[in-house]
Amino acid sequence: MDEKRLVDVTDLKVHFFTDDGVVKAVDGVSFHIDKGETLAVVGESGSGKSVASLAMMRLIPNPPGKIVGGQVLFRGKDGKTRDLVKEDEATMRKIRGNDIAMIFQEPMTSLNPVYTVGDQIAEAIVLHQGKSKKEALDQAAEMLDLVGIPEPKKRLSNYPHQMSGGMRQRVMIAMALSCNPSLLIADEPTTALDVTIQAQILELMNKLREEIGMSILFITHNLGVVAEMADRVVVMYAGRAVEEADVVPTFKKPLHPYTMGLLNSVPRLDLAATHQQRLEAIPGNVPNPLNLPQGCAFHPRCKFFKPGLCDQDIPVLQDAGNGHMVRCVRWAEIQKGEVVGA
Amino acid sequence: MSAVVPETTTANLVEVTHLKKWFPIRGGILSRVVANVKAVNDVSFGVKKGEVLGLVGESGSGKTTVGRTILRLIEPTEGTISFQGQDITHIPKNQLRSYRRKMQIIFQDPFASLNPRMTVGDIIAEPLVIHNLEGSAQARNDRVAELLQLVGLNPDHVRRYPHEFSGGQRQRIGIARALAVRPEFIVADEPVSALDVSIQAQVVNLLQDLKEQLGLTILFIAHDLAVVEYISDRIAVMYLGKVMELAPSRDLYLKPRHPYTEALLSAIPTPDPTIKRERIVLQGDIPSPINPPSGCVFRTRCRYAIAECANTVPELKEVSPGHFKACIRDDIPGLS
Repeated sequence: MDEKRLVDVTDLKVHFFTDDGVVKAVDGVSFHIDKGETLAVVGESGSGKSVASLAMMRLIPNPPGKIVGGQVLFRGKDGKTRDLVKEDEATMRKIRGNDIAMIFQEPMTSLNPVYTVGDQIAEAIVLHQGKSKKEALDQAAEMLDLVGIPEPKKRLSNYPHQMSGGMRQRVMIAMALSCNPSLLIADEPTTALDVTIQAQILELMNKLREEIGMSILFITHNLGVVAEMADRVVVMYAGRAVEEADVVPTFKKPLHPYTMGLLNSVPRLDLAATHQQRLEAIPGNVPNPLNLPQGCAFHPRCKFFKPGLCDQDIPVLQDAGNGHMVRCVRWAEIQKGEVVGA
Repeated sequence: MSAVVPETTTANLVEVTHLKKWFPIRGGILSRVVANVKAVNDVSFGVKKGEVLGLVGESGSGKTTVGRTILRLIEPTEGTISFQGQDITHIPKNQLRSYRRKMQIIFQDPFASLNPRMTVGDIIAEPLVIHNLEGSAQARNDRVAELLQLVGLNPDHVRRYPHEFSGGQRQRIGIARALAVRPEFIVADEPVSALDVSIQAQVVNLLQDLKEQLGLTILFIAHDLAVVEYISDRIAVMYLGKVMELAPSRDLYLKPRHPYTEALLSAIPTPDPTIKRERIVLQGDIPSPINPPSGCVFRTRCRYAIAECANTVPELKEVSPGHFKACIRDDIPGLS
């Protein structure tokens, strides 16, 4: 693996075997994350973005889920590169929390209500760094200070219910960072928070990233947050990556019709003075994962759909130049303006 | 002078004056009231006929309580609610039904607000049955089919159950149910918050079309300011049970006059990585509504607060035509 690479995911496939059939939640997804980089994975519900990240941590409940293919190369803090798909559970346990940490959407449900926050943060430190409880609690207080919680020593003995949503998310971040992970997976970390609190948490994450130098895998559906946080973006739809590019080209020159549609359907405050009073919505619904459309999964909602072309084979992810990847057979025509949307 | 009621009273379809809703907290063996959660604390505004008034605020600001109090799903502690010029604050429950026909609500969660054991047809027909409209079963069926078509669903789906529909489609069913009795006023309580971005735009557009087509008056409650800006004619910004600012939609966004609105707007991430704005990050959390700060409730997080802010409860006053703010400072650069 390249020197600056931290993670290299290739052709990852996660399928769920249900009574109704096989759900291909992630079906051949590849991406990489460099050291110190923030990669955003964007998609709507059911796109497979959360499942992909859980698979990297090997947290897919089996049954019904199973990683059926692909590899997840990860460079550990010990310098060794491992394929996380093949590692045994004991090794995974050492990696989770220590090398890769995760924060979740719901700060309410991801903390244990019957332990103090101090105990919860200290647990990971004792487990992974072999420190005594007392040392671990001191370090926990430092972590709380780092994430901007006032009076950290006092707060150690608080229970989660004594804290607000924003505070709890800070505790989650403190816990995640307590063992200096090289990768932080943040799964919709601000979705449940108010905008003013979201602004605080995003600012904190950016600050910590610079200070600690970790990489972040940021999973979200909020394009505003992506623009703010990401270096690079992967757009997912129905279990596949449909576009991957640096953050500026993703927003300024999107190549996939789905990405274009998403960007158009977001209400824009900064264009309040000039915008029309109507949003350009993507018609239709996200397809049923048990019964994906033939060919490009987006074709029934796509305004550039061409019968006999888009509904035949699944398009391959192609390089459109400068590492800008797109999974659409018509992207070049669309860019040149040779086709007009219906 | 008491707080002003913005706008002339005659044109308002719905009007609330000095509305208060305090939820008592009981404690001790005698269950005495030991404190009150001041969810809505002296709010006055009017909704003109045919307009969409956006009500925005963070969680705990009291926006949902205002919406439900107007429909008298929650009884107000103080203040008056009037509909078509008539005071409905105290009319008895049995007379309320005729008003309820004119005022309907759309809920946030399209999964929890539809009965899973009823077919879509029954769900939409239920208000017609309750209010004894459309007489015959045939007429009701026709009306249900018409409503499904109106909200962009296939009328052949009347016999399906809610679980067979996606989130966006369920929200359309919720809208059809609200429209069944031909209401004049609709409270839409976070109607698009639970939906995916691409679906959100569909539902916002639908509401906009329906408003034009049916001449509806809507109170649109949401925490997402960008969505509210799209659909609303005017917007009221709430914080801790009070209205901080009320203005025509674009005015509010282009020229916010209240420090809270300014901070709220700057906190919204822009979906454009090339725009780097100066961000005002509000410190701390929203204070407890049990014991809100004295004077201006926002002063504890306001970067322009002065000593006087702790003593005076700012009134909502008109600072330019149709633009109201509740702030005692008129000397803040950029906000005055």
